Amino acid sequence: MSESAMHVGSNHLLKGLRLRLSAFALVPVLGLLILIGAWANEAFLLPANWLNILQQSSILALLVLAESLVLISGKFDLSLESTVGLAPMIGGWLVSAAAIGGSGLALNPYLAVVATLIVGVIIGIFNGFLIVRLKLNAFIVTLSMLILLRGVTLGLASGKTLYDLPPEFTYLGSAVWLGIPASIWICAWFFGFGWFFMRYHRYGRAIYAIGGNPEAARAAGIRVERVSFAVFIVASLLASLAGLLLSGRLGAVTAQQGSNLIFTTFAAAVIGGISLNGGKGSLAGALAGVLLLGIVTNILTLSQIASFWIDATFGAIILIAQTFARVTGGERSQE
Amino acid sequence: MGQFGGRCRAMSSEIPMPVVLGVGLSKAFGVTQALSEVNLSVQPGDVRALVGRNGAGKSTLVSVLTGMIEPDGGAIHFSGEPAPAPNARELWQRKVACVYQHPKIVPTLSCAENLFLSRNMAKRSLLSWRQMRREARAVLERWGLYVDVDMSAGILSVGERQLLEIARAMIQGSRFLILDEPTAKLNAKEVDRLFTQIRTLKSMGVGILFISHHLEEVFEIAQSVTVLRDGQKVLDRSIAGLERSDLIEAMVGKVTVGVSEAPAATIDFSISKIRLEVRNLSCNGCFRDISFQVRARECVGLAGLTGSGKEAIGESLAGLKKFDAGTIRLDQVDLPGGDAARHNRLGLGFVPQDRHREGLVLGLSVAENATMTITDKLGSFGFINPRTLESESMRLIDRLAIKTPGPGQTVSSLSGGNQQKVVLARALARDPKALVLINPTSGVDVASKAALFSSIRDVASRGAAVLVISDELEELSLCDRVLVIRSHRLTREFLPPFAEHDIVAEMEGVAV
Repeated sequence: MSESAMHVGSNHLLKGLRLRLSAFALVPVLGLLILIGAWANEAFLLPANWLNILQQSSILALLVLAESLVLISGKFDLSLESTVGLAPMIGGWLVSAAAIGGSGLALNPYLAVVATLIVGVIIGIFNGFLIVRLKLNAFIVTLSMLILLRGVTLGLASGKTLYDLPPEFTYLGSAVWLGIPASIWICAWFFGFGWFFMRYHRYGRAIYAIGGNPEAARAAGIRVERVSFAVFIVASLLASLAGLLLSGRLGAVTAQQGSNLIFTTFAAAVIGGISLNGGKGSLAGALAGVLLLGIVTNILTLSQIASFWIDATFGAIILIAQTFARVTGGERSQE
Repeated sequence: MGQFGGRCRAMSSEIPMPVVLGVGLSKAFGVTQALSEVNLSVQPGDVRALVGRNGAGKSTLVSVLTGMIEPDGGAIHFSGEPAPAPNARELWQRKVACVYQHPKIVPTLSCAENLFLSRNMAKRSLLSWRQMRREARAVLERWGLYVDVDMSAGILSVGERQLLEIARAMIQGSRFLILDEPTAKLNAKEVDRLFTQIRTLKSMGVGILFISHHLEEVFEIAQSVTVLRDGQKVLDRSIAGLERSDLIEAMVGKVTVGVSEAPAATIDFSISKIRLEVRNLSCNGCFRDISFQVRARECVGLAGLTGSGKEAIGESLAGLKKFDAGTIRLDQVDLPGGDAARHNRLGLGFVPQDRHREGLVLGLSVAENATMTITDKLGSFGFINPRTLESESMRLIDRLAIKTPGPGQTVSSLSGGNQQKVVLARALARDPKALVLINPTSGVDVASKAALFSSIRDVASRGAAVLVISDELEELSLCDRVLVIRSHRLTREFLPPFAEHDIVAEMEGVAV
């Protein structure tokens, strides 16, 4: 009895250690990448380059935050990348003149910002209704939504790009606060708050419980449907904010804005240790995944490697990360 | 083993060879001896009933006889020939067929395809649909199944699926058929049809091992019976002349309980106040017109077999299941039904039936699982104060004596008994006015069982109403009185001193 307890005890220690390690598993990898970057190009370590990496990562980071919430709750959302396009497109369309593809309504730009975010909320409600209430398959629903919303985005502006957006509309995406782009501040704040919320708030923990075992969560008095529904709304809201920041940085809304971003989003989340089976993973890990992809992109770009090789690199990184996780025993197979 | 098989063959000229002969079958799982030295034989044309309470070793025996698990000791012969090698699934399937209460068919394929699914079709590279349909129709009609063979098998009722499975087994040439609680999900008409087919099988010389919780069926269809208890064969005889009470006696044996926790024989609860009051509660297809009261400090047992509706009553009390009529009152307050969060807030603690399915989030810590019902009390504005989380979980860990290296330990690494204590902790976190438990000590070691029993009695002694929903006599012996539910209705109340045999007879629906 005591012998077996000892055995179990040492097993616990190992498991605990591994768990704690997995949250920081990417730290040595990030360190190694920074060394490689510094060796490959002297411009890599310059502050301006780091601001560049962070700003480019900030849009992705918001999407990864959104996707991580959905994945931890045990669901799936592919439509986020189209929300990145559609939400600011509707905002931009409401303020732009008809001559350049807008509505000609000349809405107050502040209201257009609000409208952009409301579009996100509405998409989230729609997803939540179909997936949580009607219990349709999340993969199919959000895949359809991805296609549908992209189509609406293209149709609304007849495939054109909306330029000439009012400065109020592009402010958040282009402003610089204390020498650092506002989008980095915003993203850092959301990630910080998200991390704290998921770790210390009862609804954050409820999301983990639902993803881990919805039946047990329900029996414990957690309102599973309500929380899952809210997660979809928050995720789409974050995606529309990401879209707003992206349009602000570019000073335009393109009809293809956000296209293919969902692959990178999943890549970063998975590399960062978010389990596709739900209930597992930390937002700190997800952020590390975002930074890893951002740094790799930057190194490859600085080394003047053709951009189409970057995609191949991303794919390889995911496979290596997953293989590594399996070999070290961190992530178990789909049970 | 080979020698033994040879001897069997030599005898074959005089006595009919049993379709199955198991000698000295043993199997242990860890420290639990699930089967010890069990002998069993079924003659051709004979229906042998296999009877025993939950955990007696019936399912282990079925797994051994179908080659799903390899016994630690003993030998099996089918019609005198030694059993196939453990991994030769196909050979096993030809020797023995087993029909479970949930038939194993492929619901998306047609009836005809299901029928010929495992038949070796390798001789012909292409299958002829027309021939398959024709054969399928002929076979199924022989078994009293008049269906469109192109129809997907998922549309069939449970009873029809069983007939399909029996037909499939006979095509494969099995002479030995195991029916594992085949009637549990059937209505009376379907049971009749099944029994007609069983009689046909008998006349064909097939040997059948029939497992059922309903003893009346055993007396109706079987010629001989084997009773298992705690992994051992305790009775092996013919049905003729067997008294019902003797059969139950063999099944139940002596009940051993840590009686120190059991209630002092007669406490008069009529003076303590009614805490939980259930009135005319009904739920279509689950239970009908259930009324009872549980008073403060009282521990009431709700006994019934699987499928009697007892679990659904527990889930309705917990707010996990909606009920159609009636009321549940807790301290004079109506519980709304269908809202687990509200029921919990209003003071109903619940230990669900299956701790892995509904009791625990295995990847989360002991502390988080134990306090999952009270996250609103762990800090302000919904943010959880880690110190409050730790102190609350330590309080529960101490109270229930949960053996864990610390509150942060992942719950999946605890032993089954300690996991169950965490589930109980979760139910007790809010100091409930009423505690409802379904099979609270199933799959738990002896030491943890005693600890759980004393915790449950302790909850009652602190003034809560306790309802133990169970078919385990050990758990029911904890209670001050026992209500029996059979076929969705409350049939009888047992006041102390009650005899375990009478409760079992009432649950099984046997007149003693």
